[in-house]
Parts: sequence; C-alpha cells; structure tokens
Amino acid sequence: MDRSIPWAALSGGRSSTSSRSADRLAATCVWIAAAAVSAVFFWLLSDLVRHGAGQLSWSFLVDAPSNAGRAGGIGPIVLSTAWILAIALGVSLPVGLGTAVLLAEVTSPEAIFGRLVRRSLDVLAGVPSIVFGLFGNAFFCVTLGLGFSILAGGLTLACMVLPILIRSTEEGLRAVPAEYRLGGAALGLGRFTILTRLLLPAATPGLVAGVVLGFGRAIAETAALIFTSGYVDRRPESVFDSGRALSIHIYDLAINIPGGERNAYATALVLVMILLLTNSVASWLGQRLRGQHLHS
Amino acid sequence: MPAHRPFTIWSESYRLSRRVDWLLLWSLRLSAIVSGALVLFITIFVVAEAWPALRNIGVWRFLNDASWYPSGGADGGTFNLVPMFVGTLLTTAGAILLAAPLGVLAAIFRQAYAPPGVGRVYRWLIELLAGIPSVVYGFWGLVVLVPMIARFEPPGASLLAGILILTLMILPTTALASDAALESVPRRYVEGAAALGLGRWAALHCVALPAAGSGIATGVLLATGRALGETMAVLMVCGNVVAVPASLFDPVRTLTANIALEMAYALEDHRSALFVSGLLLLLMVSALVLAAEAVDRRQTVG
Amino acid sequence: MTTTVSSRIVSSRGVPSAAVSDGALARPVEIRTRSLSLIYGRKPAFLDVSLDVPRHGITALIGPSGCGKSSFLASLNRLSDLLPGCRVEGEIHIGEIDVLDPATDVVALRRRVGMIFQKPNPFPLSIRRNIELPLKEHGIRQRAEIDAIVERTLTEVGLWPEVSDRLGSPALALSGGQQQRLCLARALALTPEVILLDEPCSALDPISSGVVEDLIASLRGRYTVVIVTHNLAQARRIADRVAFFWLRDGAGRLIEEGPVDAVFDHPRDELTAAYVRGARG
Repeated sequence: MDRSIPWAALSGGRSSTSSRSADRLAATCVWIAAAAVSAVFFWLLSDLVRHGAGQLSWSFLVDAPSNAGRAGGIGPIVLSTAWILAIALGVSLPVGLGTAVLLAEVTSPEAIFGRLVRRSLDVLAGVPSIVFGLFGNAFFCVTLGLGFSILAGGLTLACMVLPILIRSTEEGLRAVPAEYRLGGAALGLGRFTILTRLLLPAATPGLVAGVVLGFGRAIAETAALIFTSGYVDRRPESVFDSGRALSIHIYDLAINIPGGERNAYATALVLVMILLLTNSVASWLGQRLRGQHLHS
Repeated sequence: MPAHRPFTIWSESYRLSRRVDWLLLWSLRLSAIVSGALVLFITIFVVAEAWPALRNIGVWRFLNDASWYPSGGADGGTFNLVPMFVGTLLTTAGAILLAAPLGVLAAIFRQAYAPPGVGRVYRWLIELLAGIPSVVYGFWGLVVLVPMIARFEPPGASLLAGILILTLMILPTTALASDAALESVPRRYVEGAAALGLGRWAALHCVALPAAGSGIATGVLLATGRALGETMAVLMVCGNVVAVPASLFDPVRTLTANIALEMAYALEDHRSALFVSGLLLLLMVSALVLAAEAVDRRQTVG
Repeated sequence: MTTTVSSRIVSSRGVPSAAVSDGALARPVEIRTRSLSLIYGRKPAFLDVSLDVPRHGITALIGPSGCGKSSFLASLNRLSDLLPGCRVEGEIHIGEIDVLDPATDVVALRRRVGMIFQKPNPFPLSIRRNIELPLKEHGIRQRAEIDAIVERTLTEVGLWPEVSDRLGSPALALSGGQQQRLCLARALALTPEVILLDEPCSALDPISSGVVEDLIASLRGRYTVVIVTHNLAQARRIADRVAFFWLRDGAGRLIEEGPVDAVFDHPRDELTAAYVRGARG
C-alpha cells in the first residue's frame, strides 16, 4: 500500500486567488529554506574535501605526526582510536544485547521494571558528553585508578553508546515475527535455543544498525575523551597508555597548534570518510540481510 | 490463537526447568540492571564530586561572587557561574530559534514539495549531517565562520558564531524529528483537507502541522538538550571569555566549554565546582528528556 | 455407513463416557478435556469444554471465527502459556500426561504433541536445519541418525523428491505448500503421538491445499489428529469426528460433537443444523 501523501495533487486546480498566492509564497519560502540548508552543508563538505584531500595519502594514514602534528601523519592516532572503539563496543555490546533481549522478550511492555530501565536509558541517551567525561574521569581514571588511558576512554564511551545499541537491538527483536517464537515453542525448543538460533539471527539487521550508530557516535566523540583517554599522540603500547583519538587530534591541531590547520582538515576528512563508509556498508549489509531473510 | 497478541518465550508459566534457562534469565537481568542503573550511578558520582564545592562554597556564591577566579580555592577564589550559565542559555536559545523553523521547513520540503528522488537525496544528506562529529563543525566554524564575522565585527569568535554553528549541529535533529512526525500524519487527514478544496499550504498549515505538532515539539526539546550539552563546537568558536555578552558579537563562555577548558588543571574546590556545573547540565538535560517523553506520551494516549 | 450412530449434544454438565463408543470404530481415548476454559485477562476465549478425542482418528473442530477453536488447540500443548495474562482452567489429559499439572515437563509434552499453524512458519534456516534443530534440542545428535530422520520425514510428506538435492537451501525459498509440508515433516521428526493443525490449508493455494489435505488424511491410523478448519467440505472429507464450537455470551462453547456423518446429516442442535446447512447451501 502506498502510504505517502499525494501533496502535489493539492496544488493546482482552480483555487481562489488569495489561497493560490499564499501557496506560492509558502512554496518559495520552503524551497529557499531547503536550498539554503543544503548550500551551507555543501559548503562545509566541499571545504573539507578542498583543503583536506591534498594531504591524504597512505603515508598520512600510517606515519607518526611530527612537529606537534603540523607535519607527518596520523598513524598512532588511528591506532588509539581503533583501540578506544574496540573497547567501547566490546564492553557495551554484551551488556546492551542482554538488556535489549530482556526488554523485548522477557518483560512485558507494561511491567514496571522494564519501564524504569527504558526511562533511565532515555535519560542516559540525553546526558551531555562532557558529563560523561566528568564521570569517566572521576570513576574510571581516579576511583578505579586507570589514569588517562585508552581503557578509561573506551569504558566512558561504552556507557555513552549503550542506549543507542539497546534501542536499535530491541527494535530489531520486536520486528521478529511471532511465528518463530510460537513455532519454536511448539517443537519443544528451549528458550536458549529459540533465542540464539532463531530470534537473534532474525534480529541481526537491528543489531547491525545499532552497532553502526554506536560506532558513529563513539568515533565522533571528543568532549568525553579529553580528560579520560588524554592527548598523548605517541603510539600506545597497551590499553593502559594514554592515546589520542582522531577527534581530539582535530581539536588540538585547530586550537593549540598554529599552522596545524592543513592536517586538521585532512584528519577531519578522514573522520567523515570513515563515518560515510561505515554508514554505507551498514545500509548495504542491512538490506542484504533483510533481503536474505525475506526472499532467498 | 490470535497472532497479534504479544507472544513471549518467557511468559510460559512453567518453571525454569533447565539450568541454562535460569542462567540466561539472570544474566539478562543483570545486564538490564547495569544498563538501567548506569544513569543513576553517573548522577551519584557527579553529585559526590560536586558535594565539596556545594558545601564549602555554597549555591549563593555560585550566583553572587564578583567573578570566576576559582584557582584560589574556597577561601581565596571567586566562583560566579552566572556568565557561563547565561552563555549556555543564549547560545542554546539562539540556535533553537533558528534550527526549529529551518528544520520544520526542511521536513516540509522533503515531505510535501520535493520530487521523490530529490526527497530521498535530501534525507540522505540530512542523515549524513546528523552524523558529522561536532569537532568537525567546530573546526569549520573556527577557520571559515569566525574570520568572516571578524571582518564585520572583530574579534569574530562570538556568541553569534556559537549560535550559527550550534544551529547547524542541531538542525538535523529537528529536521529528522519533524520529518518523522509529518510522515506519520494519517493520509486520510490530508485527503479530507483536499476534499474540502484546501490548497497545499492550507492543508499543511491547518491539518498536517497541527497533527504533527507533538512529534515536532518532542524533537525540538531533544534538540535543545543537545544544544545545552554540546561542548566542542561552542568551545572552538565562542571565544570563551567569562563575561555576560552585551551583543551578538561579544565572546561568551558556556558551562560545557568551561569544564573542557579547566578540567585539565583544576584541583580540589575548583575541580568540584566544575562538577557542580556538570550536575547543573545533567539536571537541565534530564528535565528536557522527561518533558519530551511526557509530550510524546500525551500524544500517544490522547 | 452407520446411520444409527448419533451425535451428542454437549450440555454444560454433560460428562461423556470414558471411551468413545458411539463411533463406527471404538477407539480408546487419547485426549480428554473436562470443563476446560481459557481466559485472556478477564475475557474468556472458550468456557467449559469437555471433549474426548479418540486415538489415531482425525477430529475436526468447526465453527465460526473467534469461537475459541484455535485457543482450545493451543491449550492442548500449553502453547497458551506464551501469552502473558492467559489462564487455563479445567482438566486435560493426553495419554497418561496431566497437561495442566504445573510439574508437567512442557518440552516432553510438546515432543509428543506436534503442532502446525495456519501460516507456514519454517525458520529462516536451511531445509535440513529446520528438521535438525528440534532433533538436536531433543538429544538426537548422531549425524547418520539425523540424516535418516530427515529423509524419512521428508519422504513421508512427499517433499523428498522435490528437495533432496537442495537440503542446504533456505526453507523460506520453498513455495507455501512446500513450506507447510516441511513444517509437518519437522513435527513428524519428533515422532509425536498427537498432531494439532490450526487451519493448515487456509493460507495455501487450492492445489497445495489439496496436497496438504491428502497428507493429513494419510496420517489417520498412525497419529491422533485434531484439526481446526473453516472448510466444512474438508472436515467432511477427512475427519472421523467433528466438534462444533459456537460463540455464546461472548465466549466460545462446544455445542455438539460426534461422528462426522451424524453431525453433518443428523445434527441434534439447531445451531449446528443451521451452520452445516448454511455452509452447504
């Protein structure tokens, strides 16, 4: 069924002159606003490409920065970022998956416990990243004694992406047809089998979407990392070392390093390209998984 | 058996006969408890860290001290947070005033005016922008927007720059929320409007927008929360001078920027005072989220 | 044909005799329900159903939509447990199993009582894995044994010649009728004694429907079959006994049950008569 509204059919015809001129005025405003919004964004994106693309090369991606980042590449920073992300997703994924399964499969929508958890996750999703930073610094760095480290930064980001992962996975599970649960139960399958063999595989598109969104949020994050994972731009030896994320590198080059602009542009371009790439891969993967599920 | 009812494999009344089911249930519960309690845990931690400042300095001095000079400690320093609070409010209010109408217009464009192909591309563009890191917006504002403003009215790094960059940052949020709200307006409403001979704008203005109102309002509230809590973008373009601005072209410092700038070297009461401002942010944003949910719920119920 | 045999009007207090003796073939009772009711929250789906289902026969449940036939079926293997807020009262015995006893192992129960749904519901796995998964769950892990069961059950439902060369391909790629037969094979793989069918043909095209119907008819004598159907002609073709449900005062009731010819040709209750006549004429 076509659910979209045939708006275009509403204009035209013989309406009174006054309403027609109002229509025309409104249409002009809407088009101008839309054009202005896209123009500003194209301006931003084209600036990134224009100033950043020149520096991009394989050696930029793997070399260490030199001269405080004005020259050289971003190799160690890419490595630190990857570590931080791996920890953030590695920790939040099991907890998020468990919570999502509980919310979608165990508690009924009216149950108080589920409602409480959902409400508190909504608040968690709105907590400003700088507050995550404060918390991460106080809890992971100081109380747990991790200091400025990749581990502390990754754990802080894990808290931040948790609500995103849970919401998306829960939606994925809710989209699984009831027939799988009924069919599984009618064959005498245990809950564990139904969950792991039937429900979770069928909910994979939601799970993948959640991981990609969480990844995007985590790799874009700066404020929560400034005082948890720190600034050090050397190659980290272990997760207990401080490590600089890509976003912090951009910030540092832009604010603290006169002449760091060119490499800041290039790093920003790398960051945006990573985001774009993961999003495209995810939507392609999501479509493929969903397609496989329905047709083949 | 009616298939529309919510089947769950856990509502079976029989006992958890298998040990693996029992283990599974408890590990699920444990992870849900961890996830659910996290926000409480964060609040408790922030309160605990803020407590020394609240006790030694007190709310009164956060509002009435002569200035913000916190490194002197509770006795020697001054702790007036008002300029930062005003900075946060002004940048947020300005950004919302711009981003809410623009976001709604962008959504109207996509839903009611754009040809289907253009609409898809437009949505993709907005989604892409929603994912662009705030530090990239801040950096672009710093190297492009701030020099442009400086040409008219130095120094350039100003409340205006902060408002403009924040507007760009939260525009995708308001646009996507309005888009979803408009999309969920029942088709029959608009068909009814068409049957009455209303034009496109009249149908939008009189029927679709009121029906989508609470969805749009929810989106605006959530976007306000984002703007309040945003750190990097404002930090990089606002100039960060601790003073209540007299004009749009004056530099300001927000609560978030203040934390980011001073946390690295803050000690004792100073550090604790930064947690006080973090607590303030946390409370404001939580109130907004709960308000957004209340709006959303009232709409679904009523 | 035994025209002397009559059907039984079920009064609310009526308790049938221990064996179903009014049929042409006297068979021991396999499923026995007494004063069975199912209530969702506060709304009853059916009330006070006492029914005996003979062993290895085919019993059809007929009646209009919403009169509790499917819920009745789902209570027999305790699938009703999956609905939050659903309560089943009364008695069900299947063989020696007291179905509603909280101590009853539902996994073992469902192994003995297979179920097929209106909409074919193969899992999004390969054809082979669809049969293998429940087998493994019930402790059958030898590959040779599983292979033998897969071949035997697929042969039994007539699917083996069609799919033997592509057991690894996704079950959801099969046609609707093939999917339904796979579901039947999957249920048969657990060697159940009872098979419950909830309008198994109504979502299929006429040809597939015919194939599945023949298949169900072929289960007679080996399995105890209870089938919900809206198709009276189908009930007449395949069933030995018929139970007629009707919605009265907002709850489903068992109105009349008996041998198929008796219910169709000499219904005792006016409602039954009107229903079978209306559907005929």
